[in-house]
Amino acid sequence: MTWETVIGLETHVELSTAQKLFCRCPAAFGAPPNTQCCGVCTGLPGALPVLNAQAVEYAVKAALALGCTVARRFTFDRKHYFYPDLPKGYQITQLRTPIGRDGAVTLPGGRAVHIAELHLEEDAGKLKRGDDGAVRCDYNRCGVPLIEIVTAPDFSSAEEVVAYLEALRATLQYLGVSDCKMQEGSLRCDVNLSLRPAGSRALGTRTELKNLASLKAIAQAIKHESARQAAVLEHGGAVTRETRRWSEDEGRSCAARSKEDALDYRYLPEPDLPPAALSEAYIAALAARQPELPGQRRARYQTAYGLGEYDAEMLTSQKALADFFEETVALGAPPKQCANWVLGEVLRALSARGLEAAALPLSPRTLARLIGLVETGGLNRNTAAVVFDAVFDSSADVDEYVRAHALEQIGDTDLIGRAAEEALAANPKSVADYRAGKEKALGFLVGQVMRSLGGKADPHAVNRAVRERLER
Amino acid sequence: MELRRLSALELGQLLTKRALSPADVQKAAAADTLNAFITGVPFPESTAEGSSPLAGVPMAYKDNLCTKDLPTTCGSKLLRDYVPSYDATVVERLTAVGAVSLGKLNMDEFAMGGTSETSHFGPTRNPWDPSRSPGGSSGGSAAAVAARQVWYALGTDTGGSVRQPAAYCGVTGLKPSYGRVSRYGLIAHASSLDQIGPIAPTAADCAAVLDLMGGKDPRDATSLDLPPVGPPDGDLRGRKIGLPAECFGPEVERDVAAAVLEAAQVLRARGATVETCSIPELRYAMAAYYVFSGAEASSNLARFHGPRYGDRAELGREVKARILLGAFVLSAEGYEDYYLAAQRARALIRRAFAAIFERYDLLLTPTAPATAPLLGLSPEERRSTDLYTIPANLAGLPALSMPCGFDARGLPIGVQLMGPALGDALVLGAAHGYQLETDWHQRIPTEGDRP
Repeated sequence: MTWETVIGLETHVELSTAQKLFCRCPAAFGAPPNTQCCGVCTGLPGALPVLNAQAVEYAVKAALALGCTVARRFTFDRKHYFYPDLPKGYQITQLRTPIGRDGAVTLPGGRAVHIAELHLEEDAGKLKRGDDGAVRCDYNRCGVPLIEIVTAPDFSSAEEVVAYLEALRATLQYLGVSDCKMQEGSLRCDVNLSLRPAGSRALGTRTELKNLASLKAIAQAIKHESARQAAVLEHGGAVTRETRRWSEDEGRSCAARSKEDALDYRYLPEPDLPPAALSEAYIAALAARQPELPGQRRARYQTAYGLGEYDAEMLTSQKALADFFEETVALGAPPKQCANWVLGEVLRALSARGLEAAALPLSPRTLARLIGLVETGGLNRNTAAVVFDAVFDSSADVDEYVRAHALEQIGDTDLIGRAAEEALAANPKSVADYRAGKEKALGFLVGQVMRSLGGKADPHAVNRAVRERLER
Repeated sequence: MELRRLSALELGQLLTKRALSPADVQKAAAADTLNAFITGVPFPESTAEGSSPLAGVPMAYKDNLCTKDLPTTCGSKLLRDYVPSYDATVVERLTAVGAVSLGKLNMDEFAMGGTSETSHFGPTRNPWDPSRSPGGSSGGSAAAVAARQVWYALGTDTGGSVRQPAAYCGVTGLKPSYGRVSRYGLIAHASSLDQIGPIAPTAADCAAVLDLMGGKDPRDATSLDLPPVGPPDGDLRGRKIGLPAECFGPEVERDVAAAVLEAAQVLRARGATVETCSIPELRYAMAAYYVFSGAEASSNLARFHGPRYGDRAELGREVKARILLGAFVLSAEGYEDYYLAAQRARALIRRAFAAIFERYDLLLTPTAPATAPLLGLSPEERRSTDLYTIPANLAGLPALSMPCGFDARGLPIGVQLMGPALGDALVLGAAHGYQLETDWHQRIPTEGDRP
């Protein structure tokens, strides 16, 4: 029996608004515990929620960019359950009137994934286990605005899921509504997965996978769960409808809560928040101000800068990377060379330090200068790479560094000429080999000259100088 | 001059003119022999200079209104040690204009009840007859005003909890239109029904308090931007007043009905036309009210869970019953049959009121079917007293209770005026007109005043 995997996703994205969804506390990540809360977000008796207009704006922008129909009138609902990180004993969310419905994301290759809904809701706090074994709650995150994006069960593989999440992340970053950093929890994804016989239209019993902290974990978990369910079904068993918690360390998932004992959330229309109305003018204005989205930018890089599809795609995959690229080009760096540096040295350096593009310490000015020096012959390419590594973290002054370490490219033809003659004089056998037809000897001699000049010479000039003297 | 005979505004005026000193007022204020207060605050040495007509007049807050650094218990064992870190908006606003608070007043636990007997701190006694209840849930507020421990108090009204105790204690109490007064800092019972309301000797006093504390608050999204009501004019000429037959059924005691009809006569004499009318949709009000108040209470009290507030078992029986009811009507099993049905009923009732207020300016009813009950009755013995007050909460309408006589036992009788949405000025104006013609509101529970 061939099985087909069917996947639907629920993604929670933290909006990068200045303040929380229902109070004026800062929503920024990383503050010391319980320093960004108030009566409203900690559910003190008597405190009341007041809707943050910026959060609505960000949610509508996201809905529009994802092709959703935006609700002209919306309300909120209380979803009740008990957990220490939920101070009111309920979460304010949207059950009946999500801000956006029926959108789509197109995957590379053309497949469209249907977005059933996009709704606003508040985040809960975070429980942390201390070294003393006690569990403490940090309410900083409580009340931070989230949009929950729910897809139809349109995915059939881990690859498609990853492609969707990368496209979603890029779009939301481009809009400036979220930084979508999975490692900081501003983008979280739960996977609903079931199997069915290949070709069948009916949906099988699904499980929900949680605690997926990276794209890699998501891909692994999907593959693992598909295999697990297939094994169950092959043995004639039935898949249990349940929530499974993924363990990164163990590389497998375990059953957590059974969905059959699903909690009754006793949804109540939120009486403290009157219905909100969005005018046509408001929605039209946001749609008109929509910035260039990743797909549009990708196309522009190909036409305006003459970059290839792959390079354009790689550059635009993270907005911060594309921004950096464009700023560097604006300072005079030739687009193709700049693209090479960005996709080469810059991405490598980021990866080595475990950073995302948004955290790039190198400034466009520094890279532009470096590229400029190589173009004008002030530095050779290899030396430039050395300088790059040195200035990357601090964006130190390139010229300073080159001067201080005497790395200027040696282009002085007299100096090179003398070095070439010395090398030829010191290696008569190689000279003879070359004159006898062995091309490789040239390389050896060029290398010797480069070494004697500390690696700083312009390789083209050295090559010319050696070849000239050999041909005499 | 006996200061206890003065209204809050009259007292305020004398204080402003310096005809009276704060010490005079302190001497005149009665001691609390009724268990009206949960937390008393000593009379301040000197009263802060205030700019309002009520500056320096002693008052107090029902104990579900957050007061910074002063315990706010909601009459519950669970919150006996709870001290808020902030003031409710109404507390902030009144303090800013020179209100002198003498503390926090007793109430039914979490505002659930009609006799003040569900309070963890014991019941408050009715100043007209200490063997009787002052009503509830704002029992402490009404008793303290009637006994002139304070000259006005704030209560809260979810299904009649300002009006009914005002009626039982012979004072005037207003439930403003929903949205007129900010609920920020009110520990919620039912968010879509609750309103904070003044209890005072007169309608004019209530209007003054309303304007000092009411108005749009950016911290309460349900609060409305409305102009002040201003001092009430007593002009009843040409006003059309309806008497809904549904509020004059056989459950109304004879003395109460007689006093209310007599009040109608007074209004006629001042130029109003009064006639009977009918609002059949009112028959759904009780059931709809208990569904909404239970559902919202079960939700609002969900925050009082173990890790932060201690054992749920410290809640009283009435509160637990309401939470269970509320949880049920919101559950998968109960939602359609109860909550959705209640939503439809509420919409019907709102529309019915909108229609009736196209034909009438005001409605007049007894505030409650009877007068103050004895303390210590069993739940089965206690009759429903919120029949006539609940509809105003469901529809968000302004409603006021004022004294209109005494029954054969010498207990005060209250008459209720209801107005159209946002018609607070109309309601207060009509009440003021009635109080210009009568002196029931000037009676205080001393020997000479009892009939």
